[in-house]
Amino acid sequence: MEEIFQVFAHEARDQLGELEAGLMRLEQGERDPELINAIFRAAHTVKGAAGVVEIRAIERFTHSVENVLDRVRNNEIGLSAELISVLLACTDHLLGMLDKVEAGHLADHELASGQDDVLLGKLVAHLAGGAVAAPAPAAHPDLPVADLEASGGGQVANDAWHISVRFGRDVLKNGMDPLAFLRYLQSLGEIVHIVTLFDALPGAAEMDPESCYLGFEVNFRSDADKVGIERVFDFVRDECELHILPPHSRIEEYIAVIEALPERNMRLGEILVKCGALTQLELDMGLARQQQAAAAPAEGAEPPQPLGKILVESHDVQPELVEAAVTKQKHVTEKKAAEARLIRVQADKLDQLIDLVGELVIAGASANLAALKSGQMPLVEATSILNRLVEDIRGAALQLRMVQIGETFNRYHRVVRDISKELDKDIELAIRGGETELDKSVVEKIGDPLMHLVRNAMDHGIESTEARIAAGKPARGRVELNAHHDSGSIVIEVSDDGGGINADKVRTKAVERGLIGAGQTLSEQEIVNLIFEPGFSTADKVSNLSGRGVGMDVVRKNIQALRGSVEVRTEFGRGTRFNIRLPLTLAIIDGFLVGVDQASYVIPLDSVVECLELQEIGSDCSYLNLRGEVLPFLRLRELFRVPGQRPRRESVVVVRYAGHKAGIVVDELRGEFQTVIKPLASLFRNLQGIGGSTILGSGDVALILDVQALIQRCMGSEEERSRAGGQNRPVLAETTI
Amino acid sequence: MGTNNCLAIDRDLTIYHAIELKKELLDALAAGDQLDLDLSRVEEMDTAGLQLLILTKQEATQQGKALRIVQHSPAVREVIDFYNMAAHFGDPLVILANEAA
Repeated sequence: MEEIFQVFAHEARDQLGELEAGLMRLEQGERDPELINAIFRAAHTVKGAAGVVEIRAIERFTHSVENVLDRVRNNEIGLSAELISVLLACTDHLLGMLDKVEAGHLADHELASGQDDVLLGKLVAHLAGGAVAAPAPAAHPDLPVADLEASGGGQVANDAWHISVRFGRDVLKNGMDPLAFLRYLQSLGEIVHIVTLFDALPGAAEMDPESCYLGFEVNFRSDADKVGIERVFDFVRDECELHILPPHSRIEEYIAVIEALPERNMRLGEILVKCGALTQLELDMGLARQQQAAAAPAEGAEPPQPLGKILVESHDVQPELVEAAVTKQKHVTEKKAAEARLIRVQADKLDQLIDLVGELVIAGASANLAALKSGQMPLVEATSILNRLVEDIRGAALQLRMVQIGETFNRYHRVVRDISKELDKDIELAIRGGETELDKSVVEKIGDPLMHLVRNAMDHGIESTEARIAAGKPARGRVELNAHHDSGSIVIEVSDDGGGINADKVRTKAVERGLIGAGQTLSEQEIVNLIFEPGFSTADKVSNLSGRGVGMDVVRKNIQALRGSVEVRTEFGRGTRFNIRLPLTLAIIDGFLVGVDQASYVIPLDSVVECLELQEIGSDCSYLNLRGEVLPFLRLRELFRVPGQRPRRESVVVVRYAGHKAGIVVDELRGEFQTVIKPLASLFRNLQGIGGSTILGSGDVALILDVQALIQRCMGSEEERSRAGGQNRPVLAETTI
Repeated sequence: MGTNNCLAIDRDLTIYHAIELKKELLDALAAGDQLDLDLSRVEEMDTAGLQLLILTKQEATQQGKALRIVQHSPAVREVIDFYNMAAHFGDPLVILANEAA
């Protein structure tokens, strides 16, 4: 696919995202005009962009959407829930078209579908049904348009506004039709007289039929203020020359406008007279005075003022206009500045950079090692500086990949809205911690599990409105998405205030499915955790949202694939909370290097709490006393069945994960180490306790310990251990791969 | 008197067709001394469409030819009316409109 279409699809997607988010906010009852404006602009930008890349099907469709939004913006049609639904459906439809564009289907007939007409029909129905008393200046000629009162404007010359506008060459190409603006003007007042100027129209050979050459002089009677009138032209403000003169303006001001415009002065003057803005006498006097002033600046008369100054003077009459212009300029500058701060970079370029940084880290480590061995102080010093820089580069490179999770969260607004409609439940979505950052690849992969949890919460968690009221809860259910950082990982919580998980029901089902024996004694938490077992579902009836029993085990598997974990806390009748814990990044971590016999292991530094020397204790004991706290521990030497004798002095590394602490006993502590994570080959995927491997500066391979799995192993009750006893225990006799 | 050429436009007089329409109109104008435009089947017209009509009129005047719009669809009439261009084209718009050229 050509890059231009790719860029278009990407940008259109962004705009549609905004459009959708805005519609969602409207649906929640917000009626901020700025919001409606923002939505309109989003639709408008999509249309314009589609026009530029000449995807007519999208351009046309968006055009209709834009028309409707335009009229909503002007308060001509009400914004009903149905209309928002239709507009959301239109957004979906456009997203569908973008999919096709991205797949390389660009022709009209490939993009257009019956859906187009269905949706357009609905839109038009809203236009027709929702029109209010005001004259309906539709931007679309096939929609009802008010008749014109072209009275000829023979009344008192200057009790009306005078609007002088020259549209820029590109407005048509950008999808903006002067007709639409002028028609819209009618909603503010009455166009007394309009003169269409086509002086700029070149000969047939040079004329580009898609450029706009027209200008207009409009005599306009209205009670609106200058800002209001100016706002009509907001969308073309940067692309057109616009002069607005209030009623009873001084003749000098008219002259100033005449001077500023491209047409010959005399011709313009005539037009103004024709428009009824000026009388012939006024014009003659004004022009004469102007020439006089120009010819004899020194004669005490006012020297000729620069045009800008004259205009500023006239603006004094309408101070709010100056303010509006200043705000507008500021807005434009800010937008440009924001654009300048962002660069679009291809994700794979970034990945490549991270890979290179990873190699750099490894190479740096080996250089460091060599320097230390050589014993040359200058070299050691140089490499240590180098190492520090590499560390900084690593940090900065990883930061590049960090994105806020808020964007992912916001997608669920729409999901929650749609599903609550489908289920006929009243559910709101609350989001906290959207600014929490995590690795882009993690964000991408967490979407599906999150979606499942949110759906589950709505489908199974939150009760029907009647049941909620009966239970004394607020009728509106609540689903919460929450994110925060916690010791090197990010925690994402999905919680609901629904009915909670019924442990008895889960137990019955588990027995039914043969997951546990009927007589087995399990703690409540253990029972609840059974929902993560494959093939488990407690929904009384299978809905099309969830309840096929393929859900929670897949969720857990997906999260584990990201080196994360998920746990569930539930209170029957009060709600359920899923805690997802994910590593911040998948590529490089700060590690703590420990040794057992000859081999090295890496413990993620974030999870290390402290290190201590192991006191001599009975060999069969797996607990130690940590300042009065019972700390379970395990010996790596035993876990991996490393042959040989224990050294005289052993060390304990105290690690923490998700609120639990455990000790890992090793032979020696080898210090901090920047660890580039290399995934294990699929052969080793099922090994518990190992999260990956890395290459040391010496070229040796070190295994990265999976702290979570080790802690679970330590914490595991006797029962779990007895159940796990039958399964394959991970055995690694040799630790070099 | 030379040839009298007639062109009926059966598409929208909008920017979407502007490029083709320009060629079509100018070719039709070149083909004879007088061009009669039948716009009765134009369902939609925008500013780009109007510009094309102005252009054709301008060319016709320069070449000493006559351009007549013999029939207007409501959409065309509405736009021409709105822009106050009826007098410029000088064609009878509706029964009640002025007929002075």
